Amino acid sequence: MNDTDNQPGPAGGGNGARVLRIRDLVKSFGERRILDGISLDVSQGEVLVVIGPSGCGKSTLLRCLNGLEPIDSGEIELKGEVITRPGTDWNRVRQRVGMVFQNYELFPHLNVLGNVLLGPVKVQRRKRPEAERDALSWLERVGLADRASSFPRQLSGGQKQRVAIVRALTMSPEIMLFDEVTASLDPEMVREVLDVMLGLARQGLTMIIVTHEMAFARAVADRIIFMDEGAIVEQSAPDGFFESPESERARRFLNIFEFSEKRRE
Amino acid sequence: MLDSALSIFVAGRNLARLWEGLEITLWISLASVGLSIAFGVPFGLVMASGRRFWPKILRLYLEAVRVVPVLVLLFLFYYTLSSAFSVNLSAYVVSVLVFTIWGAAEMSDLVRASVTSLPAHQRESGRALGLTGRQVDLYVVVPQAVRRLLPGVINLTTRMIKTTPFVFFINIPDLMKVGQQIVEVAGMRNHLASVWVYGFIFLVYFAICYPVSLFSRHLEGRWQS
Repeated sequence: MNDTDNQPGPAGGGNGARVLRIRDLVKSFGERRILDGISLDVSQGEVLVVIGPSGCGKSTLLRCLNGLEPIDSGEIELKGEVITRPGTDWNRVRQRVGMVFQNYELFPHLNVLGNVLLGPVKVQRRKRPEAERDALSWLERVGLADRASSFPRQLSGGQKQRVAIVRALTMSPEIMLFDEVTASLDPEMVREVLDVMLGLARQGLTMIIVTHEMAFARAVADRIIFMDEGAIVEQSAPDGFFESPESERARRFLNIFEFSEKRRE
Repeated sequence: MLDSALSIFVAGRNLARLWEGLEITLWISLASVGLSIAFGVPFGLVMASGRRFWPKILRLYLEAVRVVPVLVLLFLFYYTLSSAFSVNLSAYVVSVLVFTIWGAAEMSDLVRASVTSLPAHQRESGRALGLTGRQVDLYVVVPQAVRRLLPGVINLTTRMIKTTPFVFFINIPDLMKVGQQIVEVAGMRNHLASVWVYGFIFLVYFAICYPVSLFSRHLEGRWQS
């Protein structure tokens, strides 16, 4: 299974090589069990969208995948390597698992290029000129080439999130995690960020996306994971999920969405 | 009018003495500020560390020093050290010691505040990039903490410079003490002596502290835009 590991998968779906394997993942905060036995496989080039009500554990799941939250039990495998054993070098794992958060978490004291280069230069010890070329070409691809020397406070929310995406991408991660990256954005800026993500999906980047943007979820996903109360309730192809969800809970969740969509109009 | 002023400053070694007084003021200020930073920064980092024991002790020290007037500390150290413990420190050493005890306490609180006020997600996004804990400190936390810290440090510096005239009371011939001595002598012949001399001292303090505070504002502005 390893011979295809470095090849991007075909657009619009995984090609079978497994990037991530999660088994029986359990995580509690005090008495509260947030993740109650999650098992999940993600293959190369696959785009997974995780949806579910607030507090269902979807953000915690992502945070466990790059070690920002220690897990209680279970196992996570990244390209065949178990990363949940004691003594795992998370700093090394995190270079392979890119993450973008809901809140703009750019470093305010560095300009756009400084933000983007911190990982490649300080963590991966790449040569600065070469890393800079790479960074600039990524910035150009997300339409921000002219903002390389701007500081975060001079950018809009949507621009900041695009920089945050580029910052994670320049580490050449094997999988990207997006944690409600448009949830804090003004509505008119959501689109530019989603377009970037859609582009990445088309290029075959392996991604797990937590979002509340249902139309986007349907457009970008190869597979929808519906979570509730710390467990995966349903997983299916996007069209099937949105048109005829199997579980009662998913139906109820989507109904709530429909209602709020209608009320907004 | 102007003659009466000039006559004071040119009389005897008055101007030279004022200069020597100023040197003492600056020397005590700089030594105290320097030592306050040297001790206050590690104290502040310990206070921000979230450990159990030492932050509490340092907190107690900070609160104790804060509520007691600096003059009381000055007297306490100058008179009790020599009489009760027969430790004979020069007035200069005592003044720097006392200002450092006070300044380091204030500095530690500034450092603590600037480190803990950093949003948690800043650290987290550094870690998510694969930076080690030390790299996060070096490239993410410290640069931002320093920017947050600097206005407070400069403010404390001017406060310390402004507080040094208290050494007057333990007979150190600083700028203020020298000025008072000159007024005492000249005042017998020249009833405007106090106006000229203290007015001069006012201008000297202004000339020292105002640029410092302008510099602070300049830095704040530069780091914000």
